[in-house]
Amino acid sequence: MNRRHFLRYLGAAGSGAILVPIGLSGCAVVPRGDQTISRASHAPGQVAYGSPAARAHAQGDGAPRMVVVFLRGAVDGLNVVVPHGDPLYYQARPTIAVAPPGQANGALDLTGYFGLHPALQPLMPYWESGQLAFVHASGSPDGSRSHFEAQDYMETGTPGQHNTRDGWLNRLMDYLPAEQSPLQAINVGSATPRIFSGHNVAANLQTGREAARPSMIDQPRWSQVFDPLYGGEDALGKAYRDGMAARKQLMAEINSQEQQMANNGAPLPNGLSMDTARLGRLMRHDPRIRLAFLAVGGWDTHAGQGNGTGKLAGGLAPLGTGLATLARELGPAFNDTVIVVMSEFGRTFRENGNGGTDHGHGNAMWLMGGNLRGGKIYGQWPGLNQTALNEGRDLAITTDFRAVLCALSERHMRISDQALEKIFPQYAAGSKGVPALFV
Amino acid sequence: MLPSHPALPSCRTALLALALLAGLMGQARAATSAGASAPLSEQERALHVLNRLAYGPRPGDLEQVERMGVKRYIDEQLHPERIPLPEDLQASLAALPALQMTSMQVFNEYGPPSFKRDASKEEQQAARQRASRELPPQFHMARLLQATQSPRQLEEVMTEFWANHFNVFEGKEWVLYWVGDYEKSAIRPYALGNFRDLLGAVAHHPAMLYYLDNWLSSGTGTPGARGRFKGLNENYARELMELHTLGVDGGYQQADVITLARILSGWTIDVDAMKAGASPFRFVAQRHDDGPKVFLGKPLQASGYQEGEAALDILASHPSTARFISTQLVEYFVSDQPDPALVNKLAQKFLASHGDIRAVLQTLFDSPQFWARSNYQTQFKTPYQFVVSALRAGDIPVRNSKPVNGELGQFGMPLYGWLTPEGYKYSQAAWLNPGALLRRINFAGSLAGGKSPIARAEGAPAPSNAEAPPLDAQQLLRTLGPAITPQAAAQIDAAPANQRAGLILGSPDFMKR
Repeated sequence: MNRRHFLRYLGAAGSGAILVPIGLSGCAVVPRGDQTISRASHAPGQVAYGSPAARAHAQGDGAPRMVVVFLRGAVDGLNVVVPHGDPLYYQARPTIAVAPPGQANGALDLTGYFGLHPALQPLMPYWESGQLAFVHASGSPDGSRSHFEAQDYMETGTPGQHNTRDGWLNRLMDYLPAEQSPLQAINVGSATPRIFSGHNVAANLQTGREAARPSMIDQPRWSQVFDPLYGGEDALGKAYRDGMAARKQLMAEINSQEQQMANNGAPLPNGLSMDTARLGRLMRHDPRIRLAFLAVGGWDTHAGQGNGTGKLAGGLAPLGTGLATLARELGPAFNDTVIVVMSEFGRTFRENGNGGTDHGHGNAMWLMGGNLRGGKIYGQWPGLNQTALNEGRDLAITTDFRAVLCALSERHMRISDQALEKIFPQYAAGSKGVPALFV
Repeated sequence: MLPSHPALPSCRTALLALALLAGLMGQARAATSAGASAPLSEQERALHVLNRLAYGPRPGDLEQVERMGVKRYIDEQLHPERIPLPEDLQASLAALPALQMTSMQVFNEYGPPSFKRDASKEEQQAARQRASRELPPQFHMARLLQATQSPRQLEEVMTEFWANHFNVFEGKEWVLYWVGDYEKSAIRPYALGNFRDLLGAVAHHPAMLYYLDNWLSSGTGTPGARGRFKGLNENYARELMELHTLGVDGGYQQADVITLARILSGWTIDVDAMKAGASPFRFVAQRHDDGPKVFLGKPLQASGYQEGEAALDILASHPSTARFISTQLVEYFVSDQPDPALVNKLAQKFLASHGDIRAVLQTLFDSPQFWARSNYQTQFKTPYQFVVSALRAGDIPVRNSKPVNGELGQFGMPLYGWLTPEGYKYSQAAWLNPGALLRRINFAGSLAGGKSPIARAEGAPAPSNAEAPPLDAQQLLRTLGPAITPQAAAQIDAAPANQRAGLILGSPDFMKR
């Protein structure tokens, strides 16, 4: 029996830690300990959600793409996907809880039990059309509450293991189709993140207005004299040549697109949306771009976090707009794209005395994509009572983040089982479950 | 896995053969001239110390270090107080008013009048805008002036090293006011001093107390815990162990994080004292958790403020701290792959000397690893090192910090601009990527062209060609000496004259130190 069959078998047998949609409307939250999946794909309440099963497989150009958005600093997942149906949530967070749906600055209801932070309103259409999902109570099985260690583990894909040299997105590049391009993968930003470090090359997309400006090295009289200087086989020579190849392609793409934008009279949006708009357009026009990574910082809210408004809301609002912009600018390619938003760990369940939260454990992963079986919250909800909390203080983790990434890599990016074992060593071989995330 | 540019097989083989040949030729050249493990020549040694203990050579530096000998140069650099600061540098620094102010003076002069009960929202916003407009350029200017011009280069390097180790982010509200004084009074004076003193100065400074939220932290249920000061905040306690002292594997638990937060509860910023012109640090006993505590396995005597000092003593003298700091120093000064033997040697010196930073550095500079040819010209410059070394090599005065910091921002390394407390990385893996390399080349070209806005005061008109000639390539080659290898120099020589200076500063050789 191969692994795929095995998984199907597991699913049919209703055992194992298969991801279960939770909090469906008209459907009780799956209680802790309930491992059945009978409600998963055949739950009667499910069709109520944008009827994803009935939605036809939307056509893109067929080249699967994945965008990873990392929220550095540990975003408070309990205020992103708010368990407004649980009074314990309001008891634990007297000043920072997001109000229930219907109240001022209240959560946007998702399932009757869970709601979305109101600053993420721009994402609601995607939820309604079944193109947005969350995996709640997910995260890294390693217990570290160090930002930097936990980020490393998530980016290398090897929790608890120091000194993994490369990132999992870089390893994944080993298994992308052979139609090679220097733009196969794009990192938005200047420094190389751990997730892209390794022997494959990711092109850099500068942030802000600078990205599209023609530069000195674009002029042949300069490239002609620099080319021989960087002719060596060392890391610098290689970086130079990769850079020049990517630059040519990137400039051609960017200029034609921004020219078009200018012709339409549409101004470029600011900040994060400017970068995601550019990224989305690039990916729409060039199906060779399969992977992209983008990090957004500033989520370490130890004090003055706020509730429906305030500091966290101030970070979520541009993020929500930026993601919606990305989805829109991807155009038809959105149907071939999955966007995954993750963070290194969650935060304490209870607010601290400074109206903030400290480093915690379980969090929510966000998924967006044209062909996602969205409109659902996946995972097993561990609950918020004292005994259910991790170490009595944090949301517990019931879904390993690698289960989600394996599912996206396998089902969406069409990575083989054998390759998954290389990308997520020590995990994929004995993979505990793959959710049916796609139409 | 295929490389990213597969060529036709025949073509690839040919390329491979060529590369192999070039490699062999390179080796042959090295063998005839110096040899892969031959000791560094005097000139190479001079370049090495100027690249590692300093931000690269300025015109004449190489000759000067060769003349005095590297041993004396190192000795001098380890004692910056013996090196006079040039008068024009002193004058430039004195011309930055905010740099002369203490933390409380900056707060009173620029601070949001939020502590004035009658201040309106508009007044607060205006104050904040003024501070954002006026303070960062002055603090950035101070750093850049000293990094490019101070003859006390090791002090500059170590100031940057520690400021990064104890990172604060100028974008976090009040840190904006204090980052200048933080570097000037909590970091710089201790950069080559004693680690415990440095740790203490940082722990008491409002920039750190604010940045990592300890000023808000109060013992749970203590009489003074009210309003926004109501609860315990773990932020500083955690980073103090993970990033400032023990390291993430240093042998502490979540329980120690909470205990250290309780120990430091009541360490706060006194806004009222600042208004009266007094020191911003205050220990508020009413907010201190005085319950029994066990920290890192040791029971701690309840002693209020003294508990914090005792905890800092424990952390500063801990073997994990010695190892963690030593590893970072080796990564900064020697190699991205630190030799465990050298780390051990430094850690032992750290412990034996009770955290004497100068003694640890002396041991490092005396080590064979520091002088090994395998570690010579091998470290990839960070953006900051690259920009500062280019300004030094071209003898370009910084008259306007904004374009420099703007460029550093584009490189991903703005001054005091790293959001999170671990600071910037120093490794090649973090900074070498295709896009960033091309950006450096562009910067080098514009700098060498002579018309960079860096060298003119803000608002001054762009100079004509005659007023701002391109950098002199011959002079640059003399300044950099063996940093530019003969092969590269020959290729540069073959290029049109008006492009040579740009080629030098944009060359692979100049990216390394």
